[in-house]
Amino acid sequence: MLLGPALGVSAILFSIGVLGVLIRRNAIIIFMCVELMLNAVNLSFVALAQQLGTDGQVFVFFVMTVAAAEAAVGFAIIIAIYRHKETLDLQNLNLLRG
Amino acid sequence: MSGFLASIGYGQWVLEAIMIVPLLGALIVMMGPSAQAKKIALGVALVEFVLSLGLWWAFDQGTALMQFEVYHEWIPAWGIAYHLGIDGISLFMVLLTTFMMPLTILGSWNYIKEREGPFYALMLVLTTGMLGVFVALDMFLFYVFWEIMLIPMYFIIGVWGGARRIYATIKFFVFTFFGSLLMLVAILVMYYVVGRETGEYSFSYRHLLNNTQYLGQWAFWLFGAFFLAFAIKVPMFPFHTWLPDAHVEAPTPGSVILAGILLKMGAYGFLRFAVPFFPHVALDPTVATIVVTLAVVGIIYGALVALVQPDFKKLIAYSSVSHLGFVMLGIWALTLQSIQGAIVIMINHGISTGALFFMAGMMYERRHTREIADFGGIARVVPAFAAVLTLVALSSIGLPGTNGFVGEFLVLIGSFSQYPVATAIATTGVIFAAMYILLALQRILFGKLDNPANKKMQDLSIRELFVLGPLVVCIVWIGLYPAPILRRVEVSAQALVTQVRGQLPVQAKAIPEEQQPLGKFGDDK
Amino acid sequence: MIWLAVLLPFLGFLVNGWLSFFRPDAKRAVSVIGVGVLVASFISALAGVVGLAGAVHDAPYIVHMWSWMPVGELQVDLAFQVDELSAVMLMVVTGVGALIHVFSVGYMREDRSYPRYFAYLNLFVFFMLVLILGANFPVLFIGWEGVGLCSYLLIGFWFDDEAKATAGKKAFIMNRIGDFGLLLAMFMIFRAVGSLDFLEVFDAAPAAFVTNGPEITLITLLLFLGCIGKSAQIPLYTWLPDAMAGPTPVSALIHAATMVTAGVYLIARTNILFAMAPVSGAVVALVGAVTALFAATIALKQWDIKKVLAYSTVSQLGFMFVAVGVGAYAAGIFHLVTHAFFKALLFLGAGSVIHVMHHAYHHTHSGEDAQDMRNMGGLRKFMPWTAAVMWVATLAIAGVPGLSGFFSKDQILAEAFARGQGAFLFYVIWALGAVAALLTAFYMTRLMLYTFHGPNRTGEAEAKQLHEAPWVMTGPLVVLAAGSALGGFLNLPHVLPGAGWLEHWLKPVTEGSVPYLSEAHLSAGLEWRLMGLATLIAAAGMIAAWYFLKPDRLGAAKAAPAEAGVQRVLLNNYYVDELYNTLIVRPTDWVSRKVLWRIIDMGAIDGAVVHGAAKVSRLLGWIGTRFQTGNLGTYVVLFVIGVLFVLSAVAG
Repeated sequence: MLLGPALGVSAILFSIGVLGVLIRRNAIIIFMCVELMLNAVNLSFVALAQQLGTDGQVFVFFVMTVAAAEAAVGFAIIIAIYRHKETLDLQNLNLLRG
Repeated sequence: MSGFLASIGYGQWVLEAIMIVPLLGALIVMMGPSAQAKKIALGVALVEFVLSLGLWWAFDQGTALMQFEVYHEWIPAWGIAYHLGIDGISLFMVLLTTFMMPLTILGSWNYIKEREGPFYALMLVLTTGMLGVFVALDMFLFYVFWEIMLIPMYFIIGVWGGARRIYATIKFFVFTFFGSLLMLVAILVMYYVVGRETGEYSFSYRHLLNNTQYLGQWAFWLFGAFFLAFAIKVPMFPFHTWLPDAHVEAPTPGSVILAGILLKMGAYGFLRFAVPFFPHVALDPTVATIVVTLAVVGIIYGALVALVQPDFKKLIAYSSVSHLGFVMLGIWALTLQSIQGAIVIMINHGISTGALFFMAGMMYERRHTREIADFGGIARVVPAFAAVLTLVALSSIGLPGTNGFVGEFLVLIGSFSQYPVATAIATTGVIFAAMYILLALQRILFGKLDNPANKKMQDLSIRELFVLGPLVVCIVWIGLYPAPILRRVEVSAQALVTQVRGQLPVQAKAIPEEQQPLGKFGDDK
Repeated sequence: MIWLAVLLPFLGFLVNGWLSFFRPDAKRAVSVIGVGVLVASFISALAGVVGLAGAVHDAPYIVHMWSWMPVGELQVDLAFQVDELSAVMLMVVTGVGALIHVFSVGYMREDRSYPRYFAYLNLFVFFMLVLILGANFPVLFIGWEGVGLCSYLLIGFWFDDEAKATAGKKAFIMNRIGDFGLLLAMFMIFRAVGSLDFLEVFDAAPAAFVTNGPEITLITLLLFLGCIGKSAQIPLYTWLPDAMAGPTPVSALIHAATMVTAGVYLIARTNILFAMAPVSGAVVALVGAVTALFAATIALKQWDIKKVLAYSTVSQLGFMFVAVGVGAYAAGIFHLVTHAFFKALLFLGAGSVIHVMHHAYHHTHSGEDAQDMRNMGGLRKFMPWTAAVMWVATLAIAGVPGLSGFFSKDQILAEAFARGQGAFLFYVIWALGAVAALLTAFYMTRLMLYTFHGPNRTGEAEAKQLHEAPWVMTGPLVVLAAGSALGGFLNLPHVLPGAGWLEHWLKPVTEGSVPYLSEAHLSAGLEWRLMGLATLIAAAGMIAAWYFLKPDRLGAAKAAPAEAGVQRVLLNNYYVDELYNTLIVRPTDWVSRKVLWRIIDMGAIDGAVVHGAAKVSRLLGWIGTRFQTGNLGTYVVLFVIGVLFVLSAVAG
């Protein structure tokens, strides 16, 4: 079976996502990196479902739904921020500083 | 009357009804038009009062057992039930609550001018919460009601209060919440310890009460947690500082409820839970000395500080500290007279201090100030107001013939045999009480009418007479003929005294069956 | 019938109270009701007393109304007790009370709060009747504090004047200090006997207490503390002179004839307890004697006509306490009755004078003091009736033989003297009393000389307005004058025929204490000699006043020079008020304000503990916020570190 390679790809994708979130500054790119991480997890769900039963595949649908919702809300927020600040550089967005 | 009540099965549904009616009322108030909110709320509160009034006749004064019990499974897996009941100790707390609510709503008629819908809905939710505290027979349920009641009060002070309302309401909330969280921990510990020893995990009040002997050395810490929760609520010196702020900033109805009913919950908690659960700790000489000392200090301290308050509401708040000191002294003396006296003071304090807060609110509505110094000589322009204020003030300082005397007298005469020195010191409270209340009366009512703003003050309106009238009637009635109340409380108070004192010699003394009324029930249904 | 006597004044209060709100101008109705209920009450009381006298009975009549505070062992009923002692008090209160009500109709006629005045006065009589009829301590206490309340309301009746309201408050608080003692005494009695009913307590007392033991001594001393407050004895006497701020009929009724004598009544009522505690009895007598002398010296130098009478009342009450202290309960009650007659008469007479003076000054818009004797003088020409009846009362209080005061005061001194054989202290008490009697004769003559004799100092224009008071005011004076003159026949000395009627009448009440009292008997010769001495004392005081005082040379108040030396000390009541202010009132205020409120409440509890806790949690929160950079990158780094940490923990 392809379990080992599939999990390996998943891990690589996930790490890329994490790295992207950590080092990029543009909000949209960070957002895409988050999506990447979600899909990396989806991949491992699907792969493991081969062995552990279909529960994992059901979960993928949940993740996709949530991701879609998140994308909608997230982009709406990003657009709102851009209108307000005319930048998407997260270094300049620190309204929540304590 | 009792025949009629029996024929309609009153005893079976009354507690269910009085718990649910305010909640339904709150829903209707929220949904109805805001302008009608106060009328609907008043109607609901009156219905509630009439419903509960039957308890006066239906209550069997010959037994200390719980009456009118209601029992539904709630979370059976954890031994939690919706279990309510009334005995002589809670009976008058329930009646006091349902009696004060319509008056309070009528008293806020003109005071609350904005967001009327939410305000009156909160008042009704508060009613259910307070009643729940007094009738719950399941510790989990009790805790739920204890906390539920905080929330409406938090908003009532925080939204409709005075200038420093946020400070006051947070202080109120944090103080009470701090104590009640500790109490929650104590309840859970009791649940587990008793459950482990008996094999039956249950939050049932009776179950826990009948098995307090298993608590062992836990008892001291558990008592401490309960004590803190209730002492803050009472409030005892030195846990009282939330009270003046909360009273001053709260709107009139908030102050009335706070003084009239919420403060009673602390004392009720001692009577119902802290003392019967942990008799050895509560009556341990050291603990008792500390509590009685704090009670006596509270009596004198509250009165002396009240003496120098420039703000009328603050003065009343500190006088509450003094009055509740008498209640604590009575509870700890634990004689029949002192317990009965403590309960009568709890009723009286609701009536008299409630009336004082109503009148402080009426003064505020007319002149938009609470400073005593801004008044003076107004007895000439508002004679009816002056007459009622004088009567209420005199009842508050325990003039014989008014309700205040009966309570203080019973507490002191009952406590004297247990703590003669403390009682003697507490009795000086009658002198200081006269000092602060007469000083306030003089500065408000007497002297020259030299402030031009006071010359146009309106005397009591018909609506205000309807608010104060029932309170004045109660003041005189309880002052001259408290026997019906005393008789209804007597058996339960006696049972409490016997039950707690019966456990006192540490060697397990066989308690005769009939002296163990709370234990006679057998298991919950 | 008795309950009717109590109920009627209360109904009067309700109706008059109602009228004061809704028909304040219905003065005629108020007068009819206010006076009518008192007269009716007097008649029904009289019927009750006649019934009591006629019936053969071995226990007092008890009228049970309802159960008041039934709590286990403590069973307190609202019940009245009618016996010989309450019968005497009943007659005094309703009789003198009715006369003073009649007088008030004239005196208060022009007051704008006329209905309120009568409402209070009726209420006072109601509470006074509850006090004297109560069948147990708590019911007595209802009346006890109730009369204090009415006293408070009536002293501060003209409350627009801050000083008058303050005087009322002072009276109430000083009374409460006494009530504290009374309450504690009740608690101790209940603990010892298990009951608060008079009959049960007095029956059980011989068995429950050790004679002269510490418990009974403490109980009686606490009871006496109550009496000190109510009856204005040292050290709580200062409220009574201030109480003169009230309308004069009030001073006559409450602060002379009835309420202030409640302390004497209480000791007579609890005579068996006091008899079992001889130490307390001696204390009572000594305090009474010292007060009698002390107050008499202050009365020597007062210019306000009511103040003279107020200090005189304090002094006379001292005499009564000497009597009940030495165990001569009948003599104490006897002096209470005669004092009610002549002191009420003196106050009402002074009231007439003030009424007329006030009118005169009001007419000319003069701001002069209508109560200052320096502004009076020669009034007998204008007010012959008032002058005549007041002379009767003066002779009575001074102790001129044949008049009531002579017999009652002489009896007290004789009783004290008789006990001197047992303990020397009683000779001292007798001597103090004798000197006080001398001063009494002096200051009363002074009052009469300055008020009614010599030239008139009121002022030219004002003098034209002076005239006799209306009949509604002089009528009661005449009746009281008859009482003052003839009251002595109630209880003639043993050496005279028909002696000791009152003593015999009170025997059922006082006989329980007889076994505990030392035998005190005077030989007839000694009794005659003491009476002779009393006559000499009275004569000496009056002649000295006549001889030393020169009303002709006295100037009006506005021209009077400031007093100096001893006179100033006396005029200012030995500065006792100032002393109390400095030692008690101001320190209490200071401690409450600065120490308790500012330092403990706001500083220690709120400042240190409550706000301290708040500051600590705020500090913790501040530390937390340092992690809150607002920069998403930082959050993610923290987040990843956290995830790695958790993963390693799970894996490890």
